Amino acid sequence: MRQAKTLSAHPARRVRWMHRDRAIALAMIAPSALAIAVFVYGFIGWTAYISMTDWRGLTMSTSFVGFDNYLTIFNTGRFQTNIRNLIVFTAFFLASCLVIGLLLAVLVDSRIRAEGFFRSVYIFPMALSFIVTGVVWQWLFAPGNWPNDPTGINLLFKQSGLGFLQAAWTTDTNVVPGWRIEGVRTRIGIPMAMIPVVVAAVWQMSGFVMAMYLAGLRGIPEEIKEAARVDGATEWQVFRTITLPMLQPITLSAVIILGHISLKIFDLIVTMTGGAPGNNTEVPGLYMYEITFKANKFAEGAAVAMVMLVVVALLVAPYLIYNRRTEVER
Amino acid sequence: MSSVAILAPGRRRIRWSRVVIYSIMIAFLLFFLLPVYLLLITSFKSFDQVSLSRMWDLPTRFSLESFDRAWNGGEGVIGMRGSFWNSVQLVVPATVISCILGSLNGYVLSKWRFPGSETLFTLILFGMFIPYQSVLVPLVEVLREIRLYATIPGLILVHVVYGIPITTLIFRNYYATVPNELVEAGKIDGADFFGIYRHVMLPLSAPGFVVVAIWQFTSIWNEFLFGLIITNDPQLRPVTVALQNLSGSQFTQWNVQMAGALLVALPPLLVYIFLGKYFLRGLLAGSLKG
Repeated sequence: MRQAKTLSAHPARRVRWMHRDRAIALAMIAPSALAIAVFVYGFIGWTAYISMTDWRGLTMSTSFVGFDNYLTIFNTGRFQTNIRNLIVFTAFFLASCLVIGLLLAVLVDSRIRAEGFFRSVYIFPMALSFIVTGVVWQWLFAPGNWPNDPTGINLLFKQSGLGFLQAAWTTDTNVVPGWRIEGVRTRIGIPMAMIPVVVAAVWQMSGFVMAMYLAGLRGIPEEIKEAARVDGATEWQVFRTITLPMLQPITLSAVIILGHISLKIFDLIVTMTGGAPGNNTEVPGLYMYEITFKANKFAEGAAVAMVMLVVVALLVAPYLIYNRRTEVER
Repeated sequence: MSSVAILAPGRRRIRWSRVVIYSIMIAFLLFFLLPVYLLLITSFKSFDQVSLSRMWDLPTRFSLESFDRAWNGGEGVIGMRGSFWNSVQLVVPATVISCILGSLNGYVLSKWRFPGSETLFTLILFGMFIPYQSVLVPLVEVLREIRLYATIPGLILVHVVYGIPITTLIFRNYYATVPNELVEAGKIDGADFFGIYRHVMLPLSAPGFVVVAIWQFTSIWNEFLFGLIITNDPQLRPVTVALQNLSGSQFTQWNVQMAGALLVALPPLLVYIFLGKYFLRGLLAGSLKG
């Protein structure tokens, strides 16, 4: 509407110019649009196609088998274990990051000394590669011959008189409680070896969540809180009824960001455990890599990748569409 | 005692809450710095000082042996010098191209909207969330076809393309803060598409470019999966893949690994230390509008 008005307000020569500029604008974004069309949507379509063939081994196969590969992977104990591990990792990772992130944000925001220093230290792991994080935490959680001859964090516990806290960490094969259910080919529960991986991931990402919450906290007008205090609300009531509800959009963003990182997690696990012990810390991202590039089961690998994509899309697409709607309304 | 409490009734309570706040904050500080302490003390130990039972002790003598081994290699360790150079050759061009593309896309999507441009933007954005596993096999096939597989230019192409969503997002949101009146004024003065870009947008773009450059620099430097799949040639490995190989080797030389980890961490860490404000802005831009 606005555009039409501007155009009619100018002489004909200007209108031609505007059209030319419009064409240039389209031409400038075309290469990127095309690249995304091919490298994102085209390749996803191609992978979807591969996932419905029987491509195994080095020569490509195009014989169509429908959803057979999906049935195959969902029926293997290994992929079921992957899914269990991913659920456990995602749940613990998200919950810990949100709680720690919010806690640190509130503390940093409570007019403390050396605020900038604390904030910088909490956030710095975000600048590192998951590979660096993995290498360092792998050593921290290397249990050694505990309890007598421990290494890493076990040794630190022993030296500081907290020897009872020693554990097998990344070598722990237990699944708690480890229920067996008819028809499910994996033990249901929390694979204990996943805990150190979660700790490392939380170490890396919780500062980021803090930064998000901190930006949110700083955006809440002090007058609103002050008004509530004047009305006799306690600090806890102010937090519960004003601060928390106003931080809700931040929580949503954080869940989307952390969620998609978590569902795709690969490098941290490769470095820290490589999926061991057994397949107790293996996740679909790693499984796809193993069966595609090491075992050459391209079709099954493609099926795993498509499952990952669908799960991430279910998380992200509604958010993107919702964001677009509110944007247009503005 | 009691008289003090009467004189300043609120003070004592507040001071106790301060103690709790600082205790929690310092506990987390230790949690965040523990790996740093271990990384530093281990990488500055010489080989004869490395003992598992004393791994938490400070080095008795300052030594750069571990860095020498991690950088130059030797005794079963492949040095990381070559892969460091690979990463530089990868990161610099990829970052520059990403900035240019992102800036142009952001300019079009904020100031030259057309029917369907919002939909296009959403479709582009989705690209930054996909698991790259879902494009890897076709990607390798296509790169082989155009003879860019297992080359640094191939890796540059991949990082530039999959960087389009985030760079476009940051620039678009940044340019959205530039008043439309400025653009309209440019049009009335007879400036065309590039004229407005050159004389109105670019002079205001410096912070946007810094944020995007830092973002792309750190994320490409830190990236692992593409590096692993696309450079199967050990000569072309980026640093993250080299570090992972260092840690996966048969003989676990922890001090060499820690020195390697420190070397890989150093460039993005320096960026964070000196340009932290812009780094953080990029991080928060990645969380969409918040």
